[in-house]
Amino acid sequence: MELQVPEADVANRTAAIADGHLNVEGPLLPILHDVQKEFGCVPEAALRVIADKLNLSRAEVHGVMSFYHDFRQEPAGRHVLKICRAEACQSVGGEVLAEGVRKALGIGWHETTPDGRITLEPVYCLGLCSCAPAAMFDGELHGRLDDAALSGIVMEAGR
Amino acid sequence: MTPVIFVPRDAAAIAVGANRVAEAIAAELSARGIEAELVRNGSRGLHWLEPLVEVRFCDRRVAYGPVKPSDVPGLFEAGFLEGGAHPLLHGETEEMPFLKAQTRLTFARCGVTDPLSLDDYRLHGGLNGLETAVAMQPADIVQHVTDSGLRGRGGAGFPTGIKWKTVLNAPGVRKYIVCNADEGDSGTFADRMIMEGDPFVLIEGMAIAGIATGAAKGFIYTRSEYPHAIETMQAAIETARKTGILGPSVLGSAHAFDMEVRVGAGAYVCGEETSLLNSLEGKRGVVRAKPPLPALEGLFGCPTVVNNVLSLASVPVILDKGADFYRDFGTGRSRGTMPIQLAGNIRHGGLYETAFGITLGELVNDIGGGTLSGRPVKAVQVGGPLGAYFPPELFDTPFDYEAFAAQDGLIGHAGVVVFDDTADMLRQARFAMEFCAVESCGKCTPCRIGAVRGVEVVDRIADGDKPEEQIDLLKDLCNTMKLGSLCALGGFTPYPVMSALTHFPQDFTPKPNTLKPLAEAAE
Repeated sequence: MELQVPEADVANRTAAIADGHLNVEGPLLPILHDVQKEFGCVPEAALRVIADKLNLSRAEVHGVMSFYHDFRQEPAGRHVLKICRAEACQSVGGEVLAEGVRKALGIGWHETTPDGRITLEPVYCLGLCSCAPAAMFDGELHGRLDDAALSGIVMEAGR
Repeated sequence: MTPVIFVPRDAAAIAVGANRVAEAIAAELSARGIEAELVRNGSRGLHWLEPLVEVRFCDRRVAYGPVKPSDVPGLFEAGFLEGGAHPLLHGETEEMPFLKAQTRLTFARCGVTDPLSLDDYRLHGGLNGLETAVAMQPADIVQHVTDSGLRGRGGAGFPTGIKWKTVLNAPGVRKYIVCNADEGDSGTFADRMIMEGDPFVLIEGMAIAGIATGAAKGFIYTRSEYPHAIETMQAAIETARKTGILGPSVLGSAHAFDMEVRVGAGAYVCGEETSLLNSLEGKRGVVRAKPPLPALEGLFGCPTVVNNVLSLASVPVILDKGADFYRDFGTGRSRGTMPIQLAGNIRHGGLYETAFGITLGELVNDIGGGTLSGRPVKAVQVGGPLGAYFPPELFDTPFDYEAFAAQDGLIGHAGVVVFDDTADMLRQARFAMEFCAVESCGKCTPCRIGAVRGVEVVDRIADGDKPEEQIDLLKDLCNTMKLGSLCALGGFTPYPVMSALTHFPQDFTPKPNTLKPLAEAAE
């Protein structure tokens, strides 16, 4: 997916976000979170603005951004499905469940369906280990999943 | 008296439909013109019964569960607002065996109260600890916590009082309290439950820590995977500020303390205290070498207490009821209670707080009811992805820091994940290495590169490529990672790998082609 926002717009909106955080201690992560909330990703053009505002190099900001799994360089699909791959979910068939969805969607982890509808991400624990297997779809939590329930959630989601 | 209906707002309950149940109840109330109060409480921790709906009427409180939205009209027909008989009725909540047998000190209010009602909090003993603390000298508070025997509940088990004493005595005008709420271990959810179910207890514990050590600022560092916990904590902090629990004068005293919630960004390693501090500072979450200890040079180079949620949430009861009261629970050098999390392939999954000393077998079989699948238990992983796999032969191990260490394991954050006999322990060992490779911060070579080599070595065992040589290599690699890594990620990944190899050698035999889909999944 490509970001459809003009570069100057990205710069202005990022500057406004950064200004709102300049009085907090350790502002970089809160800024990156808000930038991603704004654009669906952390665009290249935003990195330079953040670096300027915090008196860091662009490389330093890129280094931080790329360290954390949450931050994307490009926007995700219209829906995001995060399936837990950790041990508690494995113990009740989480791997087979994930495998089924990957086949049905025809994509691998971190990939988006060609129509841009769904992005599939692994997540290592949603804290629902007593109601496993678990997944998060567009921020909504789902526990005690089986094939039918998960494919229902995925297939019923709008375009 | 108007009946009160409780429907949990806990993420686990929501994940299995609690919001839809609450909506159905609200709709039914208005359709029938019945007056009742609907409270969104925390979870009682009986997760196999979630959504567990409770009703309070005439001094009684009864539970129904697991409730589906479609059950709601039937519950009204059965007169559930007066405790009417229904197939989902479990009787008085407090009399349910899973709850009755527990010793709830840290989780005393969780699931009982409205998490965001300060009145409810006070009514159930909240703020007694902080009120005691503001009238004490800092050194006396620290002594109290030391005397209680409280040890770090995040897994390392370091005495909390000693850590506080170091920070109290450290020179410095600026000091910090950092709550490690980066609960990334699979099989654990106690931090999440307390933040969603009793957020004021964490605020109270952090304020006490601030007063005891001379810190005026606190941070809760939690996970982006916990949106409900973040929201509840932020709302509770706002209330605490408005009511003078936080701010320039804590409960009208001369002590100032304020705090905020910070959200991580999906890096497991940030649960390690030094990488957490780097992340809070806005850096890559890379592990720092110790010394210097965070207690002396922590956040922004200032003396910093870094404590787990459960450690801090246990402090109010210690100040309220006394160090002796808390220390009298437990065994050996493991004092007090531990909120144990039963998870994975288990019939009665949930939160079980009890004094240290209960055996692993009692937890899994008696309390947990064995596997969910009904098949025999094969292995139990205790302490998250860095914890050892225990076979049923070791089920007599008492839950205690030292007893688990003696069996080459750890209690960690007390997550217990059960696997039935369909589990392949070679595959679990491979996953431990794979997870370490994905989450390594990259600082230490044995972790960064060793984990990748570890996956390859396990694959060669599975492929039957000189398996005996590969097993020796795997042992050697584990030893290098254990001794050559700065933090627990590289240092403890050998625990699940070696325990799988030691207790389940029969699984480490060639099995061509079975791992292929997983190998692809690694990318």
